[in-house]
Amino acid sequence: MANVPADLHYTPDHEYVKGTSDPNVVVIGITDYAQDQLGDVVFVELPRKGATFGAHDVFGTIEAVKAVSELYCPLAGEVVEVNDRLDGEPALVNSDPYGNGWMIKLRLKSQADLASLLSADAYAGHIG
Amino acid sequence: MTTETNLKRTPLHDIHVALGGKIVPFAGFEMPVQYPTGITAEHKAVRERAGLFDVSHMGEFIVRGPGAIDFVNSVTTNNAAALAVGQVQYSSFLYDNGTFVDDCLVYRFADHVMLVVNASNAAKDWAHIQPKAAAFDCELTDVSDQTALLALQGPMAQQVLQPFTDATLDPIEYYHFTTGSVAGVPNVIVSRTGYTGEDGFELYFDPTHATTIWKALTADGRVTPAGLGARDSLRLEMGMALYGNDIDDTVTPLEANLGWIVKLAKGDFTGREALVRQKAGGLTRKLVGFTSAEKVFPRHGYPVFVGDTPSGTVCSGTMSPTLNIPIGTCYLPVASAAEGSKFEMEIRGKRVPATVVKMPFYKNASHR
Repeated sequence: MANVPADLHYTPDHEYVKGTSDPNVVVIGITDYAQDQLGDVVFVELPRKGATFGAHDVFGTIEAVKAVSELYCPLAGEVVEVNDRLDGEPALVNSDPYGNGWMIKLRLKSQADLASLLSADAYAGHIG
Repeated sequence: MTTETNLKRTPLHDIHVALGGKIVPFAGFEMPVQYPTGITAEHKAVRERAGLFDVSHMGEFIVRGPGAIDFVNSVTTNNAAALAVGQVQYSSFLYDNGTFVDDCLVYRFADHVMLVVNASNAAKDWAHIQPKAAAFDCELTDVSDQTALLALQGPMAQQVLQPFTDATLDPIEYYHFTTGSVAGVPNVIVSRTGYTGEDGFELYFDPTHATTIWKALTADGRVTPAGLGARDSLRLEMGMALYGNDIDDTVTPLEANLGWIVKLAKGDFTGREALVRQKAGGLTRKLVGFTSAEKVFPRHGYPVFVGDTPSGTVCSGTMSPTLNIPIGTCYLPVASAAEGSKFEMEIRGKRVPATVVKMPFYKNASHR
């Protein structure tokens, strides 16, 4: 069974949103379920720091052996940090999606947008 | 969701499921595309040690009778009459216009011939060749459902297999076979062939014993179960053609760099006239291997351009797990197909430069 941590927010497109010590900044990556469905990740194309996105905008591309998928930004905001480790170690997305396999940190346009995301229970039901 | 009600299963289906294999519909079968190990690790296991593939979905036809060789020669491009007993050859079936019905292996036994065909094409192949058999003194039988096929591939394949078989493996040359027992199962065809470039054996046998042989071989810690995903990247690193990607009913063997399996001098065969004409007129396009210095993952179907002129699409593509570079195949106009030629492919709206390189992409494989 896919790991769906209780304290995160989710999208139906299998991205997760994790809080940080700064209430305006969140960490974004793809879920354990998504990495399992994709299989071996070969590389991840991520935006530059400073890029801004609206909710549901494509913020990157993930190339797995079997298929390519677009990454959708769960919320509107500005990229404040990019996980450069994925450049050399894309397999971190498979081995540690919620930890070292994170993708971007986003400064939210509006914290209230978090309410639009799925809870862990709702996401678990979605992939169920 | 895919409805899988009409899909066939190989005799090892329950084992694949128990191993956590990802099962996908492929050529009318439910097949494991990978195990939890992952495609990249399975690929590397085959290059470095040994991998075991269930390829029981492949089709097998037996041709018996005094006219067997003449019949096979009339429907295939390579020269079956040149085969010694115990020898295998890569060959193909063509339509009258010289394009592929399928590629195949031809096994010569003392008293019959076995044709091994792609699962996805087995019914079409049968419909293509069976009516032609009437003109020869021979009988054609489809034994696909009575044949299991396992491929043990990798530099350690011989060391792994030898303790389980009474066949002496070392003297068997590449593209030769013998018959023996494996893990107590009698009458196994032990064939030094494969689709990975590595040394290895393909084992054909009665499917009721499939579990016995699978379990015996995978009990050896050097053997990794491997799925269709790794099989595809392994064959592509070797530049081996895949029907449906690199070859199909729109291209001829001459265009696909498979002139070496076409023996025009052997006598008549279906498609010969078209190939003679094509050879006389000269080729206009040919299959090439390519790489790119960009960080891209070429995939089947991406548009290809020579300058601004479209030149079809990428046939096969992957990020080579062994070489860690993008590799792929496509058809280019002959004038633009020389080693070192530059062209472009289009990936999600963006033109990406690519360079023609010589195949195989991977040059250190262990086959002999």
